[in-house]
Amino acid sequence: MSDQRTPLVEMKNISISFGGIHAVDNASIDLHPGEVVALLGHNGAGKSTLIKILSGAYRRDAGEILINGEPAEINNPRDAKKYGIETIYQTLAVADNVDAAANLYLGRELRTPWGTLDDVAMEAKAREVMGRLNPNFQRFKEPVKALSGGQRQSVAIARAILFDARILIMDEPTAALGPQETAQVGELIKQLKKEGIGIFLISHDIHDVFDLADRVSVMKNGQVVGHARTEDVTKDEVLGMIILGKCPPKAIPGPGAMQTA
Amino acid sequence: MADITHANQANRARNADENPIRRFFRATEIDTRLLGMVGALVIIWLGFQFLTGGLFLTPRNLWNLTVQTSSVAVMATGMVLIIVTRNIDLSVGSVLGFCGMIMGVMQAKILPQYLGLEHPAIWIITLTSGVLVGAAIGALQGSIIAFLNVPAFIVTLGGLLVWRGATWFVTSGQTVAPMNSTFRLMGGGTEGSIGATASWIVGIVACVAIVGAILNSRKQRKRFGFPLRPVWAEYFLSVLGCVLVLGAVAIANAYFWPINIARRYADANGIAWPEGGLQISHGIAIPVLIAIAVGIVMTFIATRLRFGRYVFALGGNPEAAELAGIKTRWVTVKIFMLMGVLCAIAAAISTARLNAATNAQGELDELYTIAAAVIGGTSLAGGVGTIAGAMIGALVMQSLQSGMVLLGIDSPFQRIVVGVVLVVAVWLDTVYRARAK
Ligand SMILES: Nc1ncnc2c1ncn2[C@@H]1O[C@H](COP(=O)(O)OP(=O)(O)O)[C@@H](O)[C@H]1O
Ligand SMILES: [Mg+2]
Repeated sequence: MSDQRTPLVEMKNISISFGGIHAVDNASIDLHPGEVVALLGHNGAGKSTLIKILSGAYRRDAGEILINGEPAEINNPRDAKKYGIETIYQTLAVADNVDAAANLYLGRELRTPWGTLDDVAMEAKAREVMGRLNPNFQRFKEPVKALSGGQRQSVAIARAILFDARILIMDEPTAALGPQETAQVGELIKQLKKEGIGIFLISHDIHDVFDLADRVSVMKNGQVVGHARTEDVTKDEVLGMIILGKCPPKAIPGPGAMQTA
Repeated sequence: MADITHANQANRARNADENPIRRFFRATEIDTRLLGMVGALVIIWLGFQFLTGGLFLTPRNLWNLTVQTSSVAVMATGMVLIIVTRNIDLSVGSVLGFCGMIMGVMQAKILPQYLGLEHPAIWIITLTSGVLVGAAIGALQGSIIAFLNVPAFIVTLGGLLVWRGATWFVTSGQTVAPMNSTFRLMGGGTEGSIGATASWIVGIVACVAIVGAILNSRKQRKRFGFPLRPVWAEYFLSVLGCVLVLGAVAIANAYFWPINIARRYADANGIAWPEGGLQISHGIAIPVLIAIAVGIVMTFIATRLRFGRYVFALGGNPEAAELAGIKTRWVTVKIFMLMGVLCAIAAAISTARLNAATNAQGELDELYTIAAAVIGGTSLAGGVGTIAGAMIGALVMQSLQSGMVLLGIDSPFQRIVVGVVLVVAVWLDTVYRARAK
């Protein structure tokens, strides 16, 4: 990589297994400020598991995480948030039975001087943030369960960007969205990138992310096939990495790359 | 700005094609579920009134009904939080029995040795020790559930046996009586009621609080420029709240002391016995005040505090709560501790009312408490439930029982009815939820 600055995030030689299945095996990825790295691979390749280690949902069996070059201690979701890591999970992970504002602030509620929940202040901020993301959204009083897939998605996204994230993880953020909402998320990603936020954009579909990403990292069977700058590779070459594990000449092969004789 | 006007128009458009009844409920934000339960309660009351030939809706019966409800109502408020987080507590009746026995021994055997009989501090030390024991039991059970991952059903089923057995061991099965006279006030009765004047004061304070809360919420929403309730709706809610409160006080005040107690009181205080008899109002019973206070505090905890928010978030989606960084295990432990404290308060009410601590105290209360919470709209699937609903649920259960007693129905048949009502209530609720989707 030509980039000489210290990466925002470096995950080095990460491994985790669930009862004998090596979900992630010796995987290394990195991310710079203001950069979008697409993490690609088939369903079951280990993408979600790898980033859940970064977001504190799982604890790694081996490997190292560096934030701004310093070793980071991430044992639970609270630790990750302290490092400015915000995550939009593939499963959305919204609390279905409370309203949008309660979801946005879940775990970090605003409180009045008396220690009670400051619901109006939270609703005000929620209206502001949601207004930016999804101007048509008006259902602030209803439990999130009553919302459509797209609306729930915008709640999950608003929740992630509300707290000045420095590192944003988006796990298949557009899976539940229609074309118009997908375009909206694309715009949002460009805007956040401009603000200097580093973004891991996870997808099993190259077409969703190729135009947004600065780099791609491809995983297969828990291993990293390789990394490449998007300008150096074609979509077909990346597809070859995803499907066959075949690294094109300009990509940097990882442990999962197909061995060419 | 353009968005907001657009949205307002959309709202207005939506409101316009609603029928007036829906518009009324939207404007007042009255919980239709809760209203349905109040409706069911009214139907039950009117039904018994008719069947008993006017014996049910008397100040005396209503007053007794509320006193009899208070112990289970107190526990039902905690059961809501437990069921909301997809747990269950089968041990509450036994914990009530154990805490009651501890408090009985405390005030009747231990403390008099040091402080003398009838020392004014006895009741408070007794109550405090009961509450501490309840909290400790809750903490123990909660920790086993949260940290050792044993299902709540099993832990509290074990608790049901353990604490009932432990109750026996405190006195080798002997009943402890009588209770301290100040402590006994918590059980209600002629002495344990606050009288007419104090009841009116409580009622007026409650009215002021209701109006104050409505004004404050309006002010807050205005501050952030949120949509407001129509002014007529605010007036309606204020008036409705005050009428209900003052009506309840009037009923409590319309129940007078029994004639022999009033005569003894008159003799003792040198009051001449008037022509039509001396009419001294009971007013609100202290156990009912305790239950109402518990209800208010628990509603505050459930809706205004971070802890309550976590309880509901956890119940709706445990994984999301965990990923949001909530310490879900600690929340679980705290919920069970709270339940233990409420069991102790309920134990105080029930031992004070009985003027004794017995081995069998609180038997089957776990079932009534769970039934009250569930009839009150707490969903066993988790995430949904209100404190007020559970308290009304407790009142529904007690109304059924009292009414059947008035009708002279045998206790085995009473159980059959209560059991059937529980199943029907949950079925109706399932239907309601399916339609609400
Ligand atoms: N909590 C878990 N327990 C057991 N196996 C898991 C768990 N999470 C993921 N896996 C397994 O790890 C592998 C990678 O899954 P995942 O990271 O979700 O893939 P992706 O997000 O790339 O589709 C799969 O084989 C999956 O079954
Ligand atoms: Mg995935």
